[in-house]
Amino acid sequence: MTVPYLSLAIWVPIFGGLLTLFAGKDRNAPVARIIALLTALAGFLITIPLYTGFDTTQANMQFLEVLPWVQYFNVSYALGVDGISMPFVILNSFITIFVVVAGWEVIQEKVAQYMAAFLIMSGLTNGIFSALDGVLFYVFFEAALIPMYLIIGIWGGPNRVYAALKFFLYTLLGSLLMLVAFIYLFQHSGGSFSILDWHAAPLSMREQSWIFFAFLASFAVKVPMWPVHTWLPDAHVEAPTGGSVVLAAIALKLGAYGFLRFSLPIVPDASQYFAPLMITLSLIAVIYIGFVALVQTDMKKLVAYSSISHMGFATLGFFMFNQLGIEGALVQMISHGFVSGAMFLCIGVLYDRVHSRQIADYGGVVNTMPKFAAFFLLFAMANAGLPATSGFVGEFMVVLGAVKYNFWIGFAAATTLILGAAYTLWMYKRVVFGPVGNHHVAELKDLNAREFLFLAVLALCVLGFGLYPLPLTEVMHATVDELLRHVANSKL
Amino acid sequence: MEFQIPNFAPAAAEIFVAAMALVLLMVAAFARPGGGRCAAFWVSQITLLVAAVLSLPVDWSAGVWEALSNSEGGFAMWLLSWLASGKVTFTFGLSFLSDPLGGMLKSLVCLAVMAVLLYGRRYLNDRKLETPEYYVVAICATLGMLVLISASSLLTIYMGLELLSLSSYALVAADRDNPRATEAAMKYFVLGALASGLLLYGISMVYGATGTLDIIEVARGLYEQQVNRTVLLFGLVFVVAGIAFKLGVVPFHMWIPDVYHGAPTSVTLLISTAPKLAAFAMAFRLLALGMWDLAPQWQKMLMIAAVASIVLGNLAAIAQTNLKRMLAYSGISHMGFMLLGLMAAKGSPHDLFNAYASSLFYVVIYVLTTLASFGILLMMSREGFEAENIDDFRGLNRRNSWWAAMMAIVMLSTAGLPFFVGFFSKFFVLQAVLSAGHLPLAVLAVLMSLVGAFFYLRIVKVMYFDEPTDDTPVRASRGFGLVLSSNVLAVAVLGIMPGWLMNFCVLILRSSFG
Repeated sequence: MTVPYLSLAIWVPIFGGLLTLFAGKDRNAPVARIIALLTALAGFLITIPLYTGFDTTQANMQFLEVLPWVQYFNVSYALGVDGISMPFVILNSFITIFVVVAGWEVIQEKVAQYMAAFLIMSGLTNGIFSALDGVLFYVFFEAALIPMYLIIGIWGGPNRVYAALKFFLYTLLGSLLMLVAFIYLFQHSGGSFSILDWHAAPLSMREQSWIFFAFLASFAVKVPMWPVHTWLPDAHVEAPTGGSVVLAAIALKLGAYGFLRFSLPIVPDASQYFAPLMITLSLIAVIYIGFVALVQTDMKKLVAYSSISHMGFATLGFFMFNQLGIEGALVQMISHGFVSGAMFLCIGVLYDRVHSRQIADYGGVVNTMPKFAAFFLLFAMANAGLPATSGFVGEFMVVLGAVKYNFWIGFAAATTLILGAAYTLWMYKRVVFGPVGNHHVAELKDLNAREFLFLAVLALCVLGFGLYPLPLTEVMHATVDELLRHVANSKL
Repeated sequence: MEFQIPNFAPAAAEIFVAAMALVLLMVAAFARPGGGRCAAFWVSQITLLVAAVLSLPVDWSAGVWEALSNSEGGFAMWLLSWLASGKVTFTFGLSFLSDPLGGMLKSLVCLAVMAVLLYGRRYLNDRKLETPEYYVVAICATLGMLVLISASSLLTIYMGLELLSLSSYALVAADRDNPRATEAAMKYFVLGALASGLLLYGISMVYGATGTLDIIEVARGLYEQQVNRTVLLFGLVFVVAGIAFKLGVVPFHMWIPDVYHGAPTSVTLLISTAPKLAAFAMAFRLLALGMWDLAPQWQKMLMIAAVASIVLGNLAAIAQTNLKRMLAYSGISHMGFMLLGLMAAKGSPHDLFNAYASSLFYVVIYVLTTLASFGILLMMSREGFEAENIDDFRGLNRRNSWWAAMMAIVMLSTAGLPFFVGFFSKFFVLQAVLSAGHLPLAVLAVLMSLVGAFFYLRIVKVMYFDEPTDDTPVRASRGFGLVLSSNVLAVAVLGIMPGWLMNFCVLILRSSFG
């Protein structure tokens, strides 16, 4: 009998979260923390066989699990991963550990609910990445909004209610249109909700265009693409550190993943037709949002805008329809998961001590926190795309792909290397270097063991994938090949 | 004409409830002043339970155990098909119909009223409103609903409807010293009487056009094209108006917010739940059964009513600060959604059953979630304090995280978010609407659900993000808490396993129409 790894990856965190909720009342927060940490670790260990047991030569879905769910509508509980989704399942489970550890001391209020929300969210996110049934995907996709809404709203900053609601309604609007598209596809694919059946469903250009825009409404908000990105800075600024990490490292990837799983294969002709539009929007995100990031005075907002800019790179890579572009975009997304997560954790480290995110409130941090400054520098460099960090690999591949597609697009995309360096390093300079800015900075204590540990692990990941990205690209290769072959075949 | 003794068996549940209403009346008459409440409560609960069993759409004559041993597809499948095995029987001429659909709805009505009486008991007691007479009237209202569901003649329908309505008017006015309640009762009565008048006028036209009051005969007359369609169409308009009033859809929704708001919450709970099941049956019998050949006409009317209800219900709910009013407007929009399912019935038999089943599923789930939401309001109220404003839920998570979670589940389900069953009820209706080819309607419906999500989320926001202003502990007695929690958890569990209920709805409809 085969072990249902994917089901475990989904349900272990969810049940662990519920257990945390019931075991940890406000009195016994330590119990809640320990259960949460054990669940997160178990959740990560479960996903390791997904990598070790993965057959990199195959392009089709692996670790399949299919059970009937709502038989009347042919909805099934179908799970499976390919080279595109598998790394994200592992990334998500991995990041969850950091989220739990990052909230260890900082969160003192409703600890059990905090931990439970993140664990449940992690399970649901694994569900999104591994669902092979449209309804199942949608159910996970929507349900994951609920814990995030609560996380921002309960543990967030002063303007949290506005941010939480904006986040929720923006994302819900897109998903609802996608739902209509799903039902439409159900009726035009011979009554099936299987995503793989939809890949093969014949659709006219008119149908494809409508469906493309319904998907775009949902995924563009999630990515987020310009001009529907405005929820992200609000949500990031108000979310607690853990929330920001999950948003940046995981939630943004859902939209991009949606393009690969739904838009490109289901409506290939519309995707090709509207590619110039998508490329334009992506370039606007890369360049314009890069400039916006430059003028931010709030560190979290700056990193939030830099995330939008980096995700613009990912969508740019997808819509050039070549191997380098798509693989580069995927590498970029994984790397961004580590780097942006690490950046938010670094800002969290500062925020926990000074309770300010304003760049102006810092200065000369290196004098009091040398170890922290070293880690922060590494992550800032990775964010700017320095060679030998994971940030470089993805960006370089996408730029190569873009140049192949069209020189000027590649040229425009490459400006991100300059812009990224500008806003990240300028921020780094103002926060870390110079004379000690004020008495808060003078009283700072350097990293404690817990913080050192999680930053060190992330630093290893960033450097590791920067120097040797093969383990990552190798699992994607066959799937991306197959995807490109599929997209090249017109459905008309 | 020779007199025949009619077959009383199909009406067993109604006859039993009617008899027990008289027993209750005796309890009320002979109890010492101020007493008899407890006895009346338990007698009503037992009455309803027995009626629920009596009306189960089960073929009792079939050998249960043999069937069980022969069944294929496992126990669950067998149970569902057994529960839908009732026969279609007419009695009292053609004016009374017993079929699986009616049986299922009647059982659900009885169960819903049982929950209503249980949830409302402490609330009524705190306000000195719990009298045996209250239970008498509630049981009479139930009888009205049962008759309405089983009715297959226009007059029987009218009789059931009036019994239900008159009892409801009396219940709304139960708190007779409260000016808001009496005002609500007056409004309800005046508008209700107007709607009854419209319905009666419509019935008279239908009678004029077809020469019969029996729904089956009306349908036959229409099918054989022996009727004056113009007169019948006029009649249809009035009949639809009567149905729309009972369901509370635009433009006959005006009474809903005032009555829900003004009535004691326990009565609001009664009015907002079980009668919707009965109204569904009425709509189904009159339109889908009796006037099927006029479907293009009534479907257009329902479409307009549905769209207007969904838009107005959701938009008006945003502005409410009173939770009862907000739930009232949300109820209007939900009934609109339910009508979308009815209106999407066309095409092959499979599509027809699909559309009707989605609508049936929707109304059942609506009743289940509404029981829970008003139940929580009743639980939060205490002596001298009405929990009815949204602000009363402020910081509930800090006061009692269990009930905050329960309320959050109910609100998220009503908003149509997965993993709660509200998502699937919307999903099934949308699916039916799309398969009937109404793409713009589906898009409008989902956009309005987005608006709806805003105000349901506001409740979650108030409970979780705000500081409490009131530190009184939230308590429910053990029995009440247990039933209410299982009611809410049913919403969550059905959200994970919605398939069997949908199968059951289809099965019920199939065995009702062979």
